Amino acid sequence: MKDKSKFKLKHFINYIVIGAATIIFTILNFTGVLGLSEQFLLEKITIAIILAVSLGLVVGFLGELSLGHAGFMCIGAYIGGKISALLSSSSLGTGLPNLLISIIVGGIAAAIAGVAIGLPALRLKGDYLAIVTLAFGEIVKTLFLNSSDESFGGPIGLETPRYDRNHLFIIGFVLVLVMLAIIQNIIRSKHGRAITSIRDSEIAARATGINVTRYKLLVFALSAFFAGIAGVLYSFSNYRVQCTKFDYNYSIEILVMVVLGGMGSVNGSILSATLITFLQVQLASILTGDLAVLQNIFYALVLILIVIYNNAPALKGFRETHNLKTFFSKLFKKKKEDVDPSLVKDDEAKWNRIPTKINMDELLSMDVKVTESTMKPDKDKGGSS
Amino acid sequence: MSFIVTFLNGLSLGGVYALIALGYTMVYGIAKMLNFAHGDIIMVGGYVLFVFISLTGQPILAIIIAAFLCSLLGISMEKAAYKPLRGASPLAVLITAIGVSYFLQSLAQIIFGAAPKFVIIADLGVITFGELVIPVYSVITLAISILIMIALSLFIKFTKTGRAMIAVSEDKAAAQIMGINVNTIITVTFLIGSFLAAVASVFYLLKAPNISPTFGSKPGIKAFTAAVIGGIGSIPGAMLGGFLLGIVEVFSNSVPAIAPYTDAIEFLILIVILLVRPTGILGKKRREKV
Amino acid sequence: MENVLETNNLGIAFGGLKACENVNITIKKNEIYGLIGPNGAGKTTVFNILTGVYQPTWGSFKLDGEEIKNLSQEKINQKGIARTFQNIRLFNNMSVVRNVMVGLHNRKEYKCGFFTSALRLPKHFKVEKEMRSKAKELLDIFGLLEERNNLACNLPYGKQRKLEIARALATNPKLLLLDEPAAGMNPNETMELAETIKLIRDKFDMTILLIDHDLKFVSGLCDRITVLNFGQVLAEGNISDVLNNKDVIEAYIGKQEEL
Repeated sequence: MKDKSKFKLKHFINYIVIGAATIIFTILNFTGVLGLSEQFLLEKITIAIILAVSLGLVVGFLGELSLGHAGFMCIGAYIGGKISALLSSSSLGTGLPNLLISIIVGGIAAAIAGVAIGLPALRLKGDYLAIVTLAFGEIVKTLFLNSSDESFGGPIGLETPRYDRNHLFIIGFVLVLVMLAIIQNIIRSKHGRAITSIRDSEIAARATGINVTRYKLLVFALSAFFAGIAGVLYSFSNYRVQCTKFDYNYSIEILVMVVLGGMGSVNGSILSATLITFLQVQLASILTGDLAVLQNIFYALVLILIVIYNNAPALKGFRETHNLKTFFSKLFKKKKEDVDPSLVKDDEAKWNRIPTKINMDELLSMDVKVTESTMKPDKDKGGSS
Repeated sequence: MSFIVTFLNGLSLGGVYALIALGYTMVYGIAKMLNFAHGDIIMVGGYVLFVFISLTGQPILAIIIAAFLCSLLGISMEKAAYKPLRGASPLAVLITAIGVSYFLQSLAQIIFGAAPKFVIIADLGVITFGELVIPVYSVITLAISILIMIALSLFIKFTKTGRAMIAVSEDKAAAQIMGINVNTIITVTFLIGSFLAAVASVFYLLKAPNISPTFGSKPGIKAFTAAVIGGIGSIPGAMLGGFLLGIVEVFSNSVPAIAPYTDAIEFLILIVILLVRPTGILGKKRREKV
Repeated sequence: MENVLETNNLGIAFGGLKACENVNITIKKNEIYGLIGPNGAGKTTVFNILTGVYQPTWGSFKLDGEEIKNLSQEKINQKGIARTFQNIRLFNNMSVVRNVMVGLHNRKEYKCGFFTSALRLPKHFKVEKEMRSKAKELLDIFGLLEERNNLACNLPYGKQRKLEIARALATNPKLLLLDEPAAGMNPNETMELAETIKLIRDKFDMTILLIDHDLKFVSGLCDRITVLNFGQVLAEGNISDVLNNKDVIEAYIGKQEEL
């Protein structure tokens, strides 16, 4: 196809940007420009990106709300941290093999938990699933909090070996790239289509022969796997893993990143995870004590406003005329008009196209459902026929 | 003997959970949304009590003001954050509610700080019956919460507004055609729910007199669990779930070996019940029409 | 001629309510078969049993001579029954072409494992390319090729109906169930739809079972029909016989005394 090259660039832009960032920071690190605090910031950013993108897979692509993402991370951090602590006292030391083994074991432990939580997900939907995931996160926290001193350290937490600061952030970036490759490849394959079809209408997906059970479990396992890896990275970046860190608020923080970046947008999640983590670390030095909560107020307001802006039925018309896409197309108006219509990429749906004909369903239900007729981006979840 | 006291304490805690759970369940039944910020109304109620008791020293006055301000907060919360999203996807509404909860907690922390504040509403002491030592707050809590639940049931069954609430929860569109103002009903629902949360905050402070910004999240999550166990959307279900959870919690806490795992046990009960009955014990089966 | 579908005293009860019982329908290969009846007669319930949404309380059914029992919806679809819905259920936030590609998901020729996709092995690209061209081929038949990059929810109503049929056909069914395909269409659109359905039958060698209220539409299109009333079969057979049946007239128009 003629449009292959353009197509590809757009798909690879995030690899290129993150790859470039990896190289630049590695070089900066060797020249000694990066101090300890910058290295720590980069570690935190990579952890946040992994968490946000993996949660985005569940929320944005499968369409289920998980409030227990920090729980999966907690499992990864404890199991991976424990493995690395055990290995470091063996002949393996604290080097790269130790890290790789811990990451894989931590990730798999979290993935198993992901399947365990995915099983109720097959029977429960929406609000009910959200509360179960929340409960799951709390259970995990409670179990580690009450573990014995020898096993996971109980309330004091688990002491974990620290990885070499000069390399850990590079490993973080590499892991981000690996995760992006896996998650994006799946999203952009037939399997990804099956997953998004479940989000759009589970009933229709089943009727079309999609194995909903399999894909739901898969998404939960995959998402938990990467959350577990983020947890292992966390354990390598800190001296101590304490389960109080992985509470409900932390899950919400990750959710904010996903929602802020735009549901179903991998690049959006990456961007918002980076920005929020950066702001947090910068603000932490300015806002101390109770004032540190100012940023939480900011998140909360941003979260509410963004969700209302993106979803309020009354703002539908406004959204169609004022969004980033039309804004950019206005900026590059000339360029847009030059594009040969035959070159328009296959997958790109025209989001702004206004239907030429009024949907009969809406027309017929106009008088009956005054409050409900103007909205419903998704006819299924309303459930009435 | 200690069994009876534990049981009574369980019932009393269960009564409080039931009051909060009623707020969740009514909002869910009528506005078809989970108000995640419901627990934080309890927290706001607690701080209002703290402020007015320290200012005036009059607990009764403080309780009235708290009930009033909480109801106002509930209504304005609905108008500002949830009403614009009526009809949007449930996920969007849920996330907004989480945002509201986060906002209220953070605001409280900025105003009052993270450190707990002490609020002594009244020192009620204990009654002794021979060997039985019964805390008075337990008895009062249980009695008042049962009275409120009876009043609420009567209100819903026998008043015009109450019946309109049932109609809206059954079928919003049909209720609207019959001339019921759905917006008013939703406002009333939030008002009642928030009022109940304010009452719950009084009971909570009677039991343990300190308050912090996250004061509401634990009872909130517990009561929410209770509502889901009982079958969210069902008023008797919320009461049943509340009492069940309260009794489980108090008994589990009374056994030293399993006390640390109380939360885990409660949530495990939730998960098991949902797996057996996906809509809770008394919840209506929702068969999605194909 | 062989029977594609054969139901044997099919019935279902919800609690004490019998939604339908003793439903016997036999559909021959290449036939367009109509299922009609007043509102609440149990037509969609029959569809839901045939597609595995509900498990029948009584009776059983055979597809191409093979008994289908206790299978999930997705398994039944993979066996060869595809359907559309009374209230259209598209994947609204996916483009038109992707909607059809989801339909192609389970076809043997497009098999591509999870790891093959995750690692982008050459097979993944080959399968994707073939699926896309196959989907375009299907869309072309339904006159939707031009709209392939639009979101499904932005299509006009008539085209949404067509897309839903295209998606169902993409699963390569032996039997296609259409639930009120002409609902909400004007007479012109209905006529066009009838042509499309005939075209599907001829081009794909398809067997079709459809529900509709519009007697004119049904009688112009179907070879044979079954009339359901209160969950029971009232009449079945050729169009003209059935439509002159006294019971059927009563069910639709009411008894003469009542008038």
